[in-house]
Amino acid sequence: MASVTSATSPRAGELPAGLRGFREVQRLAYACAEAVAAQLRPGITERAAARMQREWLRERGVRDWFHLPFAWFGDRTAFVNFRVPLQFFPTHRELEPGMPFILDMAPIHRGYTADIGYSGCLGLNPVHDRLLADLEAHRELILREVRERRPLREIYEDVDRLMARQGYANRHRAYPFGVIAHKVDRVRQRRWSPTLFGFGTQSLKGLASDALHGHRDGWSPLWSPYTFSDHPPQPGLWAVEPHLGFRGTGAKFEEILVVTDSKDPQESAFWLDDDLPHVRRWQEEKTA
Amino acid sequence: MQQPAVGSGTGLDGARERWVPTGGIELCVAELGDPARPTVMLVHGYPDSKEVWSEVARGLADRFHVVLYDVRGCGRSTAPQPLRGGFTLEKLTDDFLAVADAVSPDRPVHVVGHDWGSVQAWEFATVRRTEGRIASFTSLSGPSLDHFGHWIKKRMARPTPRRAAQLLNQSAKSWYVYLLHTPVLPELAWKGPLGTRWPKILQRVEKVPGGDYPTASLPTDAAHGAWLYRDNVLPRLRRPRTDAYAHCPVQLITPTGDAFLSQRLYDDLEQWAPQLVRRTLPAKHWVPRTRPDQLVSWIGEFVTAKEEGDPAKRVVASGPHADRFGGQLVLVTGAAGGIGRATAFAFAEAGARIIAVDRDAEGAARTAEMSRLIGAPAAWAEVADVSDEAAMEKLADKVDAEYGTVDVLVNNAGIGLSGAFLQTSAEDWKKVLDVNLWGVIHGCRIFGKRMADRGQGGHIVNIASAAAFQPSRVLPAYSTSKAAVLMLSECLRAELAGQGIGVSAICPGLVNTGITTTARFTGVSADEEKRRQAKAARMYGLRNYPPEKVADAILRAVVRNQAVVPVTPEARGAHLMSRFAPRALRALARFEPRL
Repeated sequence: MASVTSATSPRAGELPAGLRGFREVQRLAYACAEAVAAQLRPGITERAAARMQREWLRERGVRDWFHLPFAWFGDRTAFVNFRVPLQFFPTHRELEPGMPFILDMAPIHRGYTADIGYSGCLGLNPVHDRLLADLEAHRELILREVRERRPLREIYEDVDRLMARQGYANRHRAYPFGVIAHKVDRVRQRRWSPTLFGFGTQSLKGLASDALHGHRDGWSPLWSPYTFSDHPPQPGLWAVEPHLGFRGTGAKFEEILVVTDSKDPQESAFWLDDDLPHVRRWQEEKTA
Repeated sequence: MQQPAVGSGTGLDGARERWVPTGGIELCVAELGDPARPTVMLVHGYPDSKEVWSEVARGLADRFHVVLYDVRGCGRSTAPQPLRGGFTLEKLTDDFLAVADAVSPDRPVHVVGHDWGSVQAWEFATVRRTEGRIASFTSLSGPSLDHFGHWIKKRMARPTPRRAAQLLNQSAKSWYVYLLHTPVLPELAWKGPLGTRWPKILQRVEKVPGGDYPTASLPTDAAHGAWLYRDNVLPRLRRPRTDAYAHCPVQLITPTGDAFLSQRLYDDLEQWAPQLVRRTLPAKHWVPRTRPDQLVSWIGEFVTAKEEGDPAKRVVASGPHADRFGGQLVLVTGAAGGIGRATAFAFAEAGARIIAVDRDAEGAARTAEMSRLIGAPAAWAEVADVSDEAAMEKLADKVDAEYGTVDVLVNNAGIGLSGAFLQTSAEDWKKVLDVNLWGVIHGCRIFGKRMADRGQGGHIVNIASAAAFQPSRVLPAYSTSKAAVLMLSECLRAELAGQGIGVSAICPGLVNTGITTTARFTGVSADEEKRRQAKAARMYGLRNYPPEKVADAILRAVVRNQAVVPVTPEARGAHLMSRFAPRALRALARFEPRL
């Protein structure tokens, strides 16, 4: 695997079997995003794009979801005027040349969960390019401060401040509970896996049980700006999704951050995979 | 017959003059600039001569081949014999083609018309025989008589209350058209008292600066020009042409304070001119005299875009009010964050050129950079402390020399200070007044003076606060500084009204910006101050009123020239209470919020 940033995991080459499963499904999800993004044309609706993701993943064995695939086009990438969670669901908005888009999906494959976000643009859009480039600083900041074991809420505030300095609006504030990240875990495979409001019931169950345990021990599976996130990072897998908004254009990435209880700062936290589209993009920009 | 001459006693220094014969008369044509460049032809209105364009022509001459001519019967051109029937639009089109063939035989010309010049040019732009001779048309205060005829017919045929009101409004504005149809009287008036008083009337009513305009030929120009109305208005309004579609791109510039033409006249213009760019200008009728710089900028931009021939290139930015702010120069202080940054971005989206001023060089640079990405044709970052008079003077000199005169000034920079009066030191007072009040005074004085000296209008926005009219025991120094800003704005508004410069005071209220994290809290330890800053920031975050909405209110305030604008609901509530229930507001002032 390519080692590109300081964010590279020290154990990248020798991930334990459990983490390898997560990495495989995350790669599968990003492959899906890239495949669907390549097929997007003017006139395609968000619903069609979401369906393309669903079908692509179903063909490759995905039967359960943390949440069903989303697609946002145009100013919906910046969550303009989002008030209620129902607005997250794909609409009949059509893609136009120069429009930014975000594909967001969380498939479960062989019991492993991924939750990814892929930002792209149909043609040229300098604002979108700029947003994507500026996300790199957030990826580095989050990893650095998690390794320093700073309380999650403080890290959140630092991300917020960085966004303000860059001139952007924090759009993950529009997410449920304003979360920037949430825990993911293995999910038991069932023959019947229904979804509830777009979320897989098995994963919701896992999240609820985490919340229950966490509540007793003083931590939360949701990484939010509120007091319940006023604790150091909890070991486990976190799907982190900083989301920038700038006047009708939005961009985000979402990927899994592994937090361990190791004393070695390098091993205490690392990104599960560094061979991802957005990371490759930054690397290419640097070499160019 | 007059003989051709080089140079003249008119206001067009350095112009090359010649006479062009057409239909038995001779037209006086003046040219400026390099003939190899694209030709921009300026057509004057009633009762003017080509000298009405002198400022605009000078501004365009370094980039274009500028051509002006006296319309038949005006200035130094000869008049048709007999006058009746000599001024029809068909004959004026002949004149235009003759001049165009003389000055630019191989290339189509860009036409700019004001008043009757624009009425004529609409004819040029919509009749078949000029097709291919016109590259673009900029219309100022002069509708097509055919479009006007259809406009009236539509409103007469189905007079809804709104349409009837529009019709009545325009009929009242057209009073002079009826007068000009009476025989002999207008001629007598122009050659008598009206002709001598006209320059004074223009100066008083239209704020047209004196100088080389109007020329001595005014009484005869006006008397001859009356035939423009008599020969054309009734026939065209009675039977408007149904094929009056423009065959070239059109830029419509509408002065919002035009005493003779209603803005509603152009409501349906898209159907006649498929490639239409709209602009609005807060000015009266004689914009070629009162707003030459703005016209030079818009005409130059439009002509250049058409010459480069890129149809995908947008002439007008995409944001709200782009018709109003496109190409204007906007300076924002405190532009590295919060309301200042959001305001810079909103103006950038409207196509304005931005100067982002802040003490924080990095933040200002970032604002300028992002502004360019979202639509500003140019944006610069400048580092200056608004409370430092010398630095502001230096900045103003630099801006003047490098970017031009500021059209819109936004005095936004400010700092917060909280704490009881008795615990506020003289040092604290000085600091807050230096930035919040003196910063605004320096801005208004230094940049406002240059704006007034240019004499082409502009707008000053001062960011006050809801604290300006809402007393509070915890913000005595801050509120005092902001109340002073509010009063300063109101006084300045009165003073500058006569010069076409508007002044607005914006009172935002609780807005989620960085001011809370840098605000000082007096009379407490450093730790306690930090805690209170964090608490205040959290409170403002929970309120979460975005600075973008304040920026929208600022643009709206400039467009509408509003005096005092409370923005958030709580600011509007407090503003209302300050007028109708001041005692209740005073009672609220005693409340000490726990921070």
